[in-house]
Amino acid sequence: MNTRDGTGVSHVPKTIKTAVFMGMAAAVVVFSPLAHADPVEDAVAIAIDGLAAPSEDKIEASIQQLAALDDPRAIPALDALCDDRLRVGADGRPYIWDSKTRDVRHPLTGAVVSPAPRPLKDVEVGNEMRRVALPALARLQLASPQAALRMAAAEELSKSGSADAAALLHRSLAREKDAGVREALALAVARADLAGTDPAARIAALDAIGKSGNDGFLSELQRLTAKNGDGTPVEPDARVAAAATRAMDSVKSHQRLVAFGGSLLHGLSLASVLLFVALGLAITFGLLGVINMAHGEMLMLGAYATYTVQTVLHGHRFYLLAAIPIAFLATGAIGAALERGVIRHLYGRPLETLLATWGISLGLIQTVRLMFGAQNVTVANPDWLAGGLEIAHGLVLPWSRIAVVGFVILVAAGVWFILQRTRFGLQVRAVTQNRPMAACLGIRTKRVDALMFGLGSGIAGLGGVALSQLGNVGPELGQSYIIDAFMVVVLGGVGRLTGAVAAALGLGIINKLIEPAAGAVTGKIVVLVVIILFIQRRPQGLFALRGRVEA
Amino acid sequence: MSSLRSRLREMHGPRAWAALGAVAVLLALLPLMGLPAHLVPLFGKFLCFGIAALAMDLVWGYGGILSLGHGLFFALGGYGMGMYLMRSIAGEGVYRSVLPDFMVFLDWKQLPWYWHGFEHFGFAIAMALLVPGALALVFGWFAFRSRIRGVYFSIVTQALTYAATLLFFQNAAGFGGNNGLTDFKRILGWPLHDPGTRAALYVASAIALVATYLLCRYVVTSRLGRVLTAVRDAELKTRFCGYESTHYKLFVWTLSAVLCGLAGALYVPQVGIINPSEMQPANSIEMAIWVAVGGRGSLVGAVIGAWIVAGGKNWLTNTIPSAWLYVLGGLFVVVTLFLPRGLVGLIPKLRLALAAVLRRRAGQPV
Repeated sequence: MNTRDGTGVSHVPKTIKTAVFMGMAAAVVVFSPLAHADPVEDAVAIAIDGLAAPSEDKIEASIQQLAALDDPRAIPALDALCDDRLRVGADGRPYIWDSKTRDVRHPLTGAVVSPAPRPLKDVEVGNEMRRVALPALARLQLASPQAALRMAAAEELSKSGSADAAALLHRSLAREKDAGVREALALAVARADLAGTDPAARIAALDAIGKSGNDGFLSELQRLTAKNGDGTPVEPDARVAAAATRAMDSVKSHQRLVAFGGSLLHGLSLASVLLFVALGLAITFGLLGVINMAHGEMLMLGAYATYTVQTVLHGHRFYLLAAIPIAFLATGAIGAALERGVIRHLYGRPLETLLATWGISLGLIQTVRLMFGAQNVTVANPDWLAGGLEIAHGLVLPWSRIAVVGFVILVAAGVWFILQRTRFGLQVRAVTQNRPMAACLGIRTKRVDALMFGLGSGIAGLGGVALSQLGNVGPELGQSYIIDAFMVVVLGGVGRLTGAVAAALGLGIINKLIEPAAGAVTGKIVVLVVIILFIQRRPQGLFALRGRVEA
Repeated sequence: MSSLRSRLREMHGPRAWAALGAVAVLLALLPLMGLPAHLVPLFGKFLCFGIAALAMDLVWGYGGILSLGHGLFFALGGYGMGMYLMRSIAGEGVYRSVLPDFMVFLDWKQLPWYWHGFEHFGFAIAMALLVPGALALVFGWFAFRSRIRGVYFSIVTQALTYAATLLFFQNAAGFGGNNGLTDFKRILGWPLHDPGTRAALYVASAIALVATYLLCRYVVTSRLGRVLTAVRDAELKTRFCGYESTHYKLFVWTLSAVLCGLAGALYVPQVGIINPSEMQPANSIEMAIWVAVGGRGSLVGAVIGAWIVAGGKNWLTNTIPSAWLYVLGGLFVVVTLFLPRGLVGLIPKLRLALAAVLRRRAGQPV
């Protein structure tokens, strides 16, 4: 801990850190002429010098003095202190270590000090000191001209907050114009008011907390609503206690809503991946009467195709768009080749097809393992899919998941269009219903078979592209989805696209809704039992259609 | 007495009985005839696979039910035996606790209720057979009753196996989680690493294999076995003839699960560990390939298939590990495409070819 050069791990929250960094630069630019113009050692300079004091108590006293002086010139020094960048020079005065340029700077003017007064010593910043310094820094930053900096400061203050900050916060709130900062400030005010004594202010604060649904206040609320050992409430003022209970209920219900929304979105994206697999399976299993155990591997191959495209294009911004047709064509070609080489000879023998395709899947997995290694590879989200959409406090929908859901809707619509609105789709449906008759009418049934198999595999490949955006890519990727996907097909009814859509949605969402309450494994078992019971009632699935499997 | 004799004659001709007896004695005496001591557990393992293959052939070869869940029954039998082996050395583990080591490690204070009784060998063996049997009975009753058949049944059994694997992987399930049960010391007081105990386990497996073979042979040559084959070939017609196909399928399915449990129970003391990877869906499918390679609908073929595939796996994973999956995958494809009756199915063909060659030789003097 002694000879660090300023790149040490910071304990300051990241939002503040970035905001502080920008703000510091601004502060230096704005205030340094003033400091130059007035070289006389004023109160601020004296207090800053106190930061280099040998005892912790003296440093803390200096911090409090700086906070009381309310002068923005102290921001760089305090920020450096919180960020472990404050050093004590050989002359016993504080200096700021600039980790970017590796310079030693003056704490007040920001000017580079050269030669540096070496040796430089770290200022040891303990947790206690940080607890004092962070709010002090935040208070100073409330006056900053930058909204981001004020926002970070308000958030910091809403975490700690003491009654004596209330007046300052009220003033800031009154003159604040930015809506986001106002929201954060309101919470900070609520925190400060809550710590005060005025019952009306405290009730108003509690109502504000309840309205925001911010879960950062939970422990505070719990303390207010708790009861002593003898059953009397901890909070003597009944009205405040009642308001606290109201706020608590409101925060809790907000939390439940956020958790539910999160599960729902996870369920939706799981459903999307399942649907990619199940769409292909519904075609091969339903329309061709073939069990393709290697279907999950098409998913895996699609994901690896995405990885390859990413590598070849060196992670170009739009590599993902290039990966879509490549993955589709590659997996589609492999699927069609499979149909021509192996599966064609096994039509009408579903159990044998199952075993043969399982064998093929083993070969595919091993090939990928030898080519790409057994370890997972990472496919990065392109920058236009990074981040997410914040719907409510604490509920962020990642763009990648939204994109996957949108993509599967497009693909499902495309499959529906091909099957219902094109000449090829007409031929497919004819072959499904009555193969000999279709052949008599001049449809080249074998060509239709191969193309359908290719299409089904290609859709799974597209699923691989989508899946690569949600997690890591490994050789066993397909195995974990194939069983669920078969469940979707069985549940939805063989050969029905609508059934596949409904079953995938149902299974995906039920799975993720059960998971938080009962755990992933219990969720899986419950879903399995539900499916078995469901098949008892309706062996033909949700949406029945006579396909070749039954013939 | 004479009815028994005629029944035995129905099962096998005199020459086949003699051959079977010779093979059985040969198998059982192998450790005495110079089989290296380190190979005894390996061969014992193959014998257990043979039992599992017989069980698989019974449902698939004769009943037409392709189960992708027999690895689960096998592993359940293995866990039953493993629980006995853990309990029988209570107090001698690393932590000197009456609880198995992994429970001490998880800071459990008392034995879960389902572990009680497993300190008795007889109870553990009974559970190793009954638990797979009961699971199969309940599952099969639901599945067969609602006419889930063919690939649907296969897929549902696979899903069942998958769910069970996930369950056993959990520490909270109380079966040792990821690591399973291991560090066994003694069986019925005999140290497991002793060559004598190993030979005894091997002989026990050999006897079990022969007994299982006889039982399966008895079943498939009985009236029940013939109805079962009829159900396999034409279920609807058999139903219309007045046979409740569900009962026949349920019986053979449950019996097969019990036999698989037996195989698992014999397997675990010889390999010294049982963990959830033993019940992964892939293992169940491997059992199907044993039977497919040997020949569906032939009990001897199933056992031979199991030995060839398991032996090949053992040899290849030691010499060229990366090639094994290709070989296994290739087997699946080649056998289903070109050998629908398995290796045993080649014998009549070879015999015909040989006869043709001989006839030609006899007709045309060289």
